[in-house]
Amino acid sequence: MTTFIIRRLLLVPLLLFGVTIIIFMMLQLLSPVERSALYVRDFPKNEKAVDGIIRRYGLDKPFYEQYWRWLVGIKDPVSGERNGGILFGDLGYSRTASQPVNELIKNRFPNTLDLTIWTIAPMILVGIWLGVQSAIHHNGWFDQAARMFSIIGTSFPTFVFGLMLLMFFYANLGWFSPGRLTDDLMQVVNKPTFIKYTSLITFDALLNGRVDIFLDAISHMVMPIITLSYISWATFLRVTRSSMLETLRMEYVTTARAKGLPERDVIYKHAQPNAMIPVVTLAGFSVVGLLGGVTITETVFNYPGIGSAAARAAVNLDVVTVLGFAIFIGFILIVANLVTDVLYAVVDPRVRLS
Amino acid sequence: MTETTPTGDNSLLEATFATRKIGWFEKFVGPENFRILVGLLKTPASIIGLSLILTYVVIGILAPVIAPPVKPNADPYSIPRDGFSSDPKPMGSEWKRNKPPEPFWYKPLTGNDKWVHLFGTSEGQYDIFYYVIWGVRTAFFTGLLVTFATLVIGVIYGSISAYYGGMVDNIMMRLVDVLMILPSLLAALILAAVLTPRIGKSLIPVMTALIAFGWMGYARIIRGDILSVKERDYVLAARVVGVKDSRILFRHIIPNAIFPTLVLASLAIGDVVLAFAALSFLGIGTEVGYADWGQVLSFARNWITALDQYWYIVVWPGLALVFFVMGWNLLGDALRDVLDPRMRGRS
Repeated sequence: MTTFIIRRLLLVPLLLFGVTIIIFMMLQLLSPVERSALYVRDFPKNEKAVDGIIRRYGLDKPFYEQYWRWLVGIKDPVSGERNGGILFGDLGYSRTASQPVNELIKNRFPNTLDLTIWTIAPMILVGIWLGVQSAIHHNGWFDQAARMFSIIGTSFPTFVFGLMLLMFFYANLGWFSPGRLTDDLMQVVNKPTFIKYTSLITFDALLNGRVDIFLDAISHMVMPIITLSYISWATFLRVTRSSMLETLRMEYVTTARAKGLPERDVIYKHAQPNAMIPVVTLAGFSVVGLLGGVTITETVFNYPGIGSAAARAAVNLDVVTVLGFAIFIGFILIVANLVTDVLYAVVDPRVRLS
Repeated sequence: MTETTPTGDNSLLEATFATRKIGWFEKFVGPENFRILVGLLKTPASIIGLSLILTYVVIGILAPVIAPPVKPNADPYSIPRDGFSSDPKPMGSEWKRNKPPEPFWYKPLTGNDKWVHLFGTSEGQYDIFYYVIWGVRTAFFTGLLVTFATLVIGVIYGSISAYYGGMVDNIMMRLVDVLMILPSLLAALILAAVLTPRIGKSLIPVMTALIAFGWMGYARIIRGDILSVKERDYVLAARVVGVKDSRILFRHIIPNAIFPTLVLASLAIGDVVLAFAALSFLGIGTEVGYADWGQVLSFARNWITALDQYWYIVVWPGLALVFFVMGWNLLGDALRDVLDPRMRGRS
């Protein structure tokens, strides 16, 4: 167990180093002038000033020197302030959003986290339920229908599904709207009287005793939650179903049946817990995937998370910003994957021993 | 040719086991691969999938007949536009400016004299019917090319890694791990955003990005298969005789390990097309007016409040994309069953 965790921990710096190298390589495709957004806010107009900036921040130096500066930043000779330096959490300046990339992430990430938290339950529970039911009724009508559903589910691109949801629930019925909050409630949230305990709007609303804001926030998340759950159900269904089928064929299940246990107990107490092991991994990966920002879904529903911010910056060719997001997302994913792996080892003794 | 036992009299054997004719095709692809192919042709799901794909192939080939370009020598991939006004026009509205020649099937099928916008127009008056029809070719082109390129890179990389093993394998596979940390769509999005200003808006930046972050899966699969093949006796024999490493790898190991990867790759075309459409939906990729499904769908983003009225911007290109991907998925689903090792030996 301990060796497993240690070995897994040793991999983390390696992966982090790898990700920074990849992102740095993409940065090197930019011109020195574009790269200056890593260190300075404003973009000087006259050519001499541009040259000065390039020289001061060493943007024309060999790549290993630039990589080091990119990691640790550069001290300004005059004011002594440090500029840039991703190791210190300075990801540069976003020219399209007119604010430091850090600020942008700080504003956006709570929304992504909020969406992730509320998506977990419907995504995982319904997916598992579908899978277990179709394994129990193997080759029955439920199984066939579920199989058809899962093929349709995997074929529906997120954005087509999302646009169709918008068409029915927003344009036609007017039940749910895209975005984060209704405008006037957003103003309430931005007032200093609304205390931000967690930065997650749904939880803050409850803590501030504003049920109306809570409900409004949830109703704005309904369509993204449906979309994200729907596309994952197909995968959950498939994995749960096959794992459950395999478990039901095992001898200990036959034993349980032979000794006269009611079928309910055989399925839900004996078979299901063992069948859940691969599903736990899948659930881990899915949640980690949600945390990394769901670019398309957030963009379709105009949801202000990190995914849609990254997409917007990419489309506006603001590469420094996108790469800043990539560093952040890469970091989150590495840590989250580590946590998942360790939890998995805790849950499944077989992993611990191998 | 029937198989015979060495003792001559095999009447008892023939009576017990029905002998089976082995055709030239089965000999050519090998019994295991033959079983896979036959299995695919017997499952209803894969038959539906195959027919969907074939339909798209036919539409793609016949595109110039179904939706003829405005001028014979004009670039057919740039969608004809009927004026420049921003509001989409409904289905069946008359074609006024820049009218392409009427296709031969139109009059007998509809009984209508005037060539209309069958699926309406998008903002900027691009014809959606043309988008859907010519988009088929773009889908096949990007799907096939990206899949082929990722496959070649992945197979070469994975086989080198598996063949040399040890430290080389370890380092090469850690690099794969690193490349797989970022969600592939996000990574491709970033690379496309870096490349677009340098190459210009076209298919190339997005395709390059999808290739750069798409080959790792194949590398992993082929590596696993090669690790098992390279332990076989004929590889050892070749090595004993003194055959060069590269020759052993390319002539003896890869041909025997590649089939599952090949089939999986051929089915990944749907996913590639999906990723491509997703990127162009986000707004990165081809020039406005290029025949590409994701692009029409991205137009819909500007009309979200009025989608009840302009539903045809979403529905037609959306369905074109969904059925395209579904064709490959149905085939893939059947394939998963056939390739399942537990099914081996059953016919």
